Amino acid sequence: MADTTEMNETAIGTQPPPAWEPRIVAFLCNWCSYAGADLAGVSRLQYPAHVRVIRVPCSGRVNPLYIVKALQLGVDGVLVSGCHPGDCHYISGNLIARRKFALLKSFLEYLGVEPGRVQFSWVSASEGNRFADLVKKISADIRKLGPARQMKKEAR
Amino acid sequence: MHDAQTKLRETAKDLLVSAKVDLVLGFQNGSLPLRTRPCFARNAADAGRLVWNRLCTNNLAVYLPRLFEKPANVRGPWTPPKVAVVAKGCDARSIMGLVKEHQVIRENVVIIAMPCQGMISLRKAEAAGASARTSKLDGDDLVAQACLECIQPSVPGANIIIDGPSRSAASDRFQRVKDFEALTAAERWQQFVAQVSKCIRCYACRQACPNCYCKTCFIDQTKPSWAGVGDDPTDLLLFHIGRVFHQAGRCVECDACVRACPVGIDLRLFTQKLVKDVEELFGYVPGTSLEEAPPLSTYRPDDSECFITDP
Repeated sequence: MADTTEMNETAIGTQPPPAWEPRIVAFLCNWCSYAGADLAGVSRLQYPAHVRVIRVPCSGRVNPLYIVKALQLGVDGVLVSGCHPGDCHYISGNLIARRKFALLKSFLEYLGVEPGRVQFSWVSASEGNRFADLVKKISADIRKLGPARQMKKEAR
Repeated sequence: MHDAQTKLRETAKDLLVSAKVDLVLGFQNGSLPLRTRPCFARNAADAGRLVWNRLCTNNLAVYLPRLFEKPANVRGPWTPPKVAVVAKGCDARSIMGLVKEHQVIRENVVIIAMPCQGMISLRKAEAAGASARTSKLDGDDLVAQACLECIQPSVPGANIIIDGPSRSAASDRFQRVKDFEALTAAERWQQFVAQVSKCIRCYACRQACPNCYCKTCFIDQTKPSWAGVGDDPTDLLLFHIGRVFHQAGRCVECDACVRACPVGIDLRLFTQKLVKDVEELFGYVPGTSLEEAPPLSTYRPDDSECFITDP
């Protein structure tokens, strides 16, 4: 009994707050990148558990506002990934998206959003290794940047 | 300048009397000094009120999309009106963009090309004080920054041309963007936040912009709701990033948003970056041709990939 009380006191009083870990939202296209992430899992590849995957039909489906909104909701990083150019299930969805993302990334960095917060990549369904490596890299980038505070909406 | 105004009135009168158009969109004198207001001329008497001077700043293309929309109370067939628009170079480029986006019927629009020497900036005039009202209106002292950086004072796709002294095209218009790019990321963010935090969310920038014709703006949507309704700084950031980004590949730098802003946010510093990027990456200048596809609804196989992260 005495032991339990002691343990509880320890738990309430002196436990350090949970260490910050990056939270990354990944918009993955259904046909390539999502399958690539699946392959990484099926192949038992290890990668940091910091990504929260949102499956989208195509990288062309990703509205730039999704990315800005994610940052406002307090994520530390955003990854958007789709099929390699030329491999899009919808022929040109990722090629249209490529133009949009090139402008968005340049624009956000022009405004002063830390470079590296928002990243874009191509991962095919057979590239489980590439997906695991990509998440490792982005996770390391975001860890270096620290928690995102610029756009985060704080409770008032 | 005065000749151009006389010719404009005659032209407008002819168009209306001969029923070639139902409406002439132009400018008339406002009730305050240094102000003009839009004039919707429907008959010869109205045409006599039209003016043309260096205070005709507004971009009248903003009224066009709603004129070509079938009114809700009309049942059965409806004939869209024929409209003549008094246009500067930037206004005509806006009209070209709207035609391309199927908001305006080109055949129903008569573009009356006006000679443009650059428009007076009310803010500069107010700063200069009373002396401005008489003497300085002719030179470049009080001309808006956007006009000093204008690449096309001549009117593209004009149907009727009214001659007069006009300014020549600027050569380097992106100096301010380049200066801003040269700052550190932290300085840029600090300046962006400082500008945007002045915003009172009146949405005048959106209302004044010919490109903002969406039935429901993303900022007014509630399902999903993109931004809160209050003055939270991040909601202001989200609104301005969203609004400016929607102009990518469409903005003709007419300066309407800057003029409309009651708190003087330097919106062009941000819209211009996208203008510059679209020109550099895709070789596209909005409002110059009707044939070229809008840059964000097309692609080239060899578009830049330099922003892609490789593990």
